[in-house]
Amino acid sequence: MFVSFRWLRDYVDIDLAPAELADCLTMAGLEVDAVRETAPDFNKVVVARILSLRSHPNSDKLSLCEVTTETDILPIVCGAKNIKVGDIVPLALVGATIPGGYTIKSSQIRGERSEGMLCSEEELGIGPDNTGIMILSSELTLGQDLIDALDLRDTVLDIGITPNRSDCLSIIGVAREIAAITGGKLKAPEIIFTESDEDINGIASVQILDPDLCPRYTARIVKDITIRPSPSWIRRRLESVGLRAINNVVDVTNFVMLEYGQPLHAFDYRFLEEGRIVVRKSREGETFISLDEKERLLRADTLMICDGVKPVAIAGIMGGLNSEVKDDTGMVLLESAYFDPASIRKASRWLGMGTDAAFRFERGIDPEGVVRALNRAAQLIADLSGGTVCRGYIDQYPKKIESPRDIPLRISRVRNILGKAITPTEIVQILESLEMTVNKGDDLHYRVTPATFRVDISREIDLIEEIARLYGYDRIPATLPAISMMSLEQNRRKIMEERIRPLLNGYGYSEVVTYSFIPATAVDHLGLPDGDERRSMVVIRNPLTEEQSVMRTTMIYSLLETMRKNANAGCFDLKIFEMGRIYLARQTGMLPEERNRIGGILTGARYDDRWHYLGLASDFFDLKGCLEGLFDHLKIASLRFRPDLREPFLHPGRSCCMTVGKDVIGFLGEVHPDVLTRMDLKNRAMVFEMDLDVLAGHFSDALSYQDISKYPSSSRDVAFLISRDLTAEQIIKFSLDIHEELLEKVCIFDVYDGRGIPEGMISLGLRFSYRAYDRTLTDQDIGQVHNAIIKRITEKSGAKIR
Amino acid sequence: MINDLEELRGEAVAELNQAETEEALLSIKTRYLGRKGLLTGLLRNISQVPPEERPLFGMRSNEIKDILAEAIDKALQRMVLKKRDEALLRERIDVTLPGRAIRAGRLHPIIHVSREICEIFAGLGFSVVEGPEIELDYYNFEALNIPKDHPARDMQDTFYVEENIVLRTHTSPVQIRTMEKQKPPVRILSPGRVYRPDSDVSHTPMFHQIEGLLVDKGITFGDLKGVLTFFVRKVFGEDTAIRFRPSFFPFTEPSAEVDIRCVMCRGTGCRVCGQSGWLEILGSGMVDPEVFKNVGYDPEEISGFAFGLGLERIAMLKYGVSDIRLFFENDWRFLEQF
Repeated sequence: MFVSFRWLRDYVDIDLAPAELADCLTMAGLEVDAVRETAPDFNKVVVARILSLRSHPNSDKLSLCEVTTETDILPIVCGAKNIKVGDIVPLALVGATIPGGYTIKSSQIRGERSEGMLCSEEELGIGPDNTGIMILSSELTLGQDLIDALDLRDTVLDIGITPNRSDCLSIIGVAREIAAITGGKLKAPEIIFTESDEDINGIASVQILDPDLCPRYTARIVKDITIRPSPSWIRRRLESVGLRAINNVVDVTNFVMLEYGQPLHAFDYRFLEEGRIVVRKSREGETFISLDEKERLLRADTLMICDGVKPVAIAGIMGGLNSEVKDDTGMVLLESAYFDPASIRKASRWLGMGTDAAFRFERGIDPEGVVRALNRAAQLIADLSGGTVCRGYIDQYPKKIESPRDIPLRISRVRNILGKAITPTEIVQILESLEMTVNKGDDLHYRVTPATFRVDISREIDLIEEIARLYGYDRIPATLPAISMMSLEQNRRKIMEERIRPLLNGYGYSEVVTYSFIPATAVDHLGLPDGDERRSMVVIRNPLTEEQSVMRTTMIYSLLETMRKNANAGCFDLKIFEMGRIYLARQTGMLPEERNRIGGILTGARYDDRWHYLGLASDFFDLKGCLEGLFDHLKIASLRFRPDLREPFLHPGRSCCMTVGKDVIGFLGEVHPDVLTRMDLKNRAMVFEMDLDVLAGHFSDALSYQDISKYPSSSRDVAFLISRDLTAEQIIKFSLDIHEELLEKVCIFDVYDGRGIPEGMISLGLRFSYRAYDRTLTDQDIGQVHNAIIKRITEKSGAKIR
Repeated sequence: MINDLEELRGEAVAELNQAETEEALLSIKTRYLGRKGLLTGLLRNISQVPPEERPLFGMRSNEIKDILAEAIDKALQRMVLKKRDEALLRERIDVTLPGRAIRAGRLHPIIHVSREICEIFAGLGFSVVEGPEIELDYYNFEALNIPKDHPARDMQDTFYVEENIVLRTHTSPVQIRTMEKQKPPVRILSPGRVYRPDSDVSHTPMFHQIEGLLVDKGITFGDLKGVLTFFVRKVFGEDTAIRFRPSFFPFTEPSAEVDIRCVMCRGTGCRVCGQSGWLEILGSGMVDPEVFKNVGYDPEEISGFAFGLGLERIAMLKYGVSDIRLFFENDWRFLEQF
């Protein structure tokens, strides 16, 4: 909210500079986001006196005058008729700029020299009067800059009012707060006006059909008004806080809203059928044209202000076009009411009309300030428009709006919450400075009644906050709590994640963080079939973009997107991983299932593309090797790579799923070329995804040691010619599953399918290592075991020895 | 005759000094020390030496023989070393060429910051807990004292999945879920993703927060100040100026925003701090009694404080990142700097 420093000073004395005031307000919870100096949009305009005046020899409309600025006497040609010798006037000197971008030049007007221009209020943009030259006070110093002479500078504070402080949504509210902070005194405006003999009750009536939504409605009638532009003081006030001045009636309603925080509305009485106001809910589907000339479709529960026949305003939000104050309006009905905050909020949100009025009503206005604002507005309208206020006002108050009274406050509780003993005297002083009534019972159990505008205060803790706020947070000493010992609880998955991070970093993979959103089309891009659980997406009702309209059900899409973005930026080599969640929708009303996942992508050069390995591209086995290293480190045994389990978005011949026992923990493989095409990717990419929750169930951080043999090992190499239908895993399994004690390990040292290997076959070189714990093995020992193993392999697999 | 010996020695040394190859050295050795060598020849003529000089002649000629033999051996050794050095030099590589790099990957800056903060609070006994990112309206708002149709909901625009299911707008629902499950004392930290429909230089629709909650007997606002001051100085340096100022969160009272002296301008006012000289870095407050009632705690028995902070904001300040969207672009040139 914008607050003019000058305007504030109408209601409270401020000894502080604007920046100091901003600091004080911020430290009291009214955060000042910006401090902006404002000044009128002109320069080189000075105070001058008219020395002589005669008619222009060559024109009937113009006159020639001489003016003095004390230092100079200048000839000016002027068209206005309202000046006379001795008048003090604003003079725009040669070189001055005035609003609208005009620059004053030395000129000859019909043969007479003119060294400047006398200005009207309107020409200087400081008032609406354009009927003649602005006549200034004779007390001003000649030659002085007009901005200084009239003190036209102001400072505007932009204050972020928190939603609880509706009482500060007005200049007086902020002034009151300043008074409490600085120990000053609030100077409320004097509301005095005379009423005519005509009683309002003979002219208008108010009927509230829904007292829950409108507990109080007050009205006054002002007659015989003349609509015209407001005087400059009101215009300046409104413009200083960003409001546009319209006319003397509308401006007053806005002015009083800003002054007191009570939104008001003025209806042109001519258009109120039967002179009646009826407050009722709208009918479903009813339409209404608001002041901004937009047609609004209403819901059944929107509260409307109606006349004897038709709606004339959306209660608390905006008036109607049909009863708007016009240039020829002569009589208005002024409304000042209290509406139910929640219902105003519901309606304004549903209608998409976040008006200044709705903003204040939904935060809660002072229920006891309604009539005061009504009277203030009546006073100002009568003053500014020459109108007369009819006798009396209507105050329909069918449902008492309760304000909290006698809130218990224990002095001991203040200390227990704040950790600082503030003296009862100080506490009472603070509360009273906030216009609260403190009833000191015995035993330091007080009863506090806040002012009715403090709609945020109803509990002891609310009072304690007020005490802390005004006492000053900086005066409460920082302490370290005396607290119980507690052991750190660490989640298994978290421990595992913290193990995985440095490992993958070591393998060259960097961690990324991508949005949890994906486009709904992602599952089509990935070619997921109907029935795939990853098609059960959580859909966001109000997404910002289509690209971010559903929650991801796999990590892969986001990773491929990251690859594309990097490729567009010229980076084609990528090793990245992400740990995050996927979200699977369940039935309506239930929270979706959230699973912790890790996904990764490998594309481009195997190593940093330098002189050593120019053009060496990464492939499936690079990624697999890295994952194997990971599993080894996490001590996850019985891991299997299963080519028979496939993902639709992976290359059918270069992918597999990973299982541990019965659990499928994820997949690994090259991205299917069709997916690459659909996602506009050029290069091959290897991806993986694993479920961290499942994996954590198999992860162990327990360490144990097995004794090592003192005796040497001995190895035998054998090359088998096997069918391509067989896998390396199967061949190795034949040698391992007889659990021969002396066989220490089997590894593959060669894979060959070049010259000399028949079609459909492949050569697999296996190295068998033998070792015993208790002796050095002889050739005979080894030969016996080895031959048995080779025999088993060849028999079971049909492999031949090369 | 002695003179002949000395002359011979002088000649041999001169020749040795001239020799540049192994062959030359070997031929010098043969010429002087060989069976038909010059020194051997002189010795053979010992009979022509007067008898009284013979012992001296014999001794000296043996000496010279040893001196020459040693000198030749040394020269030969030098020659071998020189040859090997030359061979090694032929294997020379340009060590300024880049190494065969397997570059370690990097952690994402948000993870860096999250880790650092979790570690600081782990030292104070705060355990890390997690909660759902897609959350019931009840946990995200109502249990936190933010009723429906309350203006406080304006503080956080919300992504909706269903009428009563939202993408959590903050990590605060974890407070409720934890307290529902656990009796006091409670000391938790909860990092995670949160969501709000907003997108510009300083907002992304997804970002990260860390929530903290400490509930115990006799916890005060002074304790809140103490713990958060300790934390902020760990992250931003021991001499960081810090201030607590009143604010409003529906689930804490009294509430406080915590500001630090602007890390860019040191308080003189700049674009980053909006000329105020201060940077807002976290929100905090004493847990509102209403929240305790919602989870079945007795606010007369225990008290506590909660705080929440945005990880992106901390990372932006710590690392000088000016556009929050960069965190989720994952551009390699960005990632490799962390």
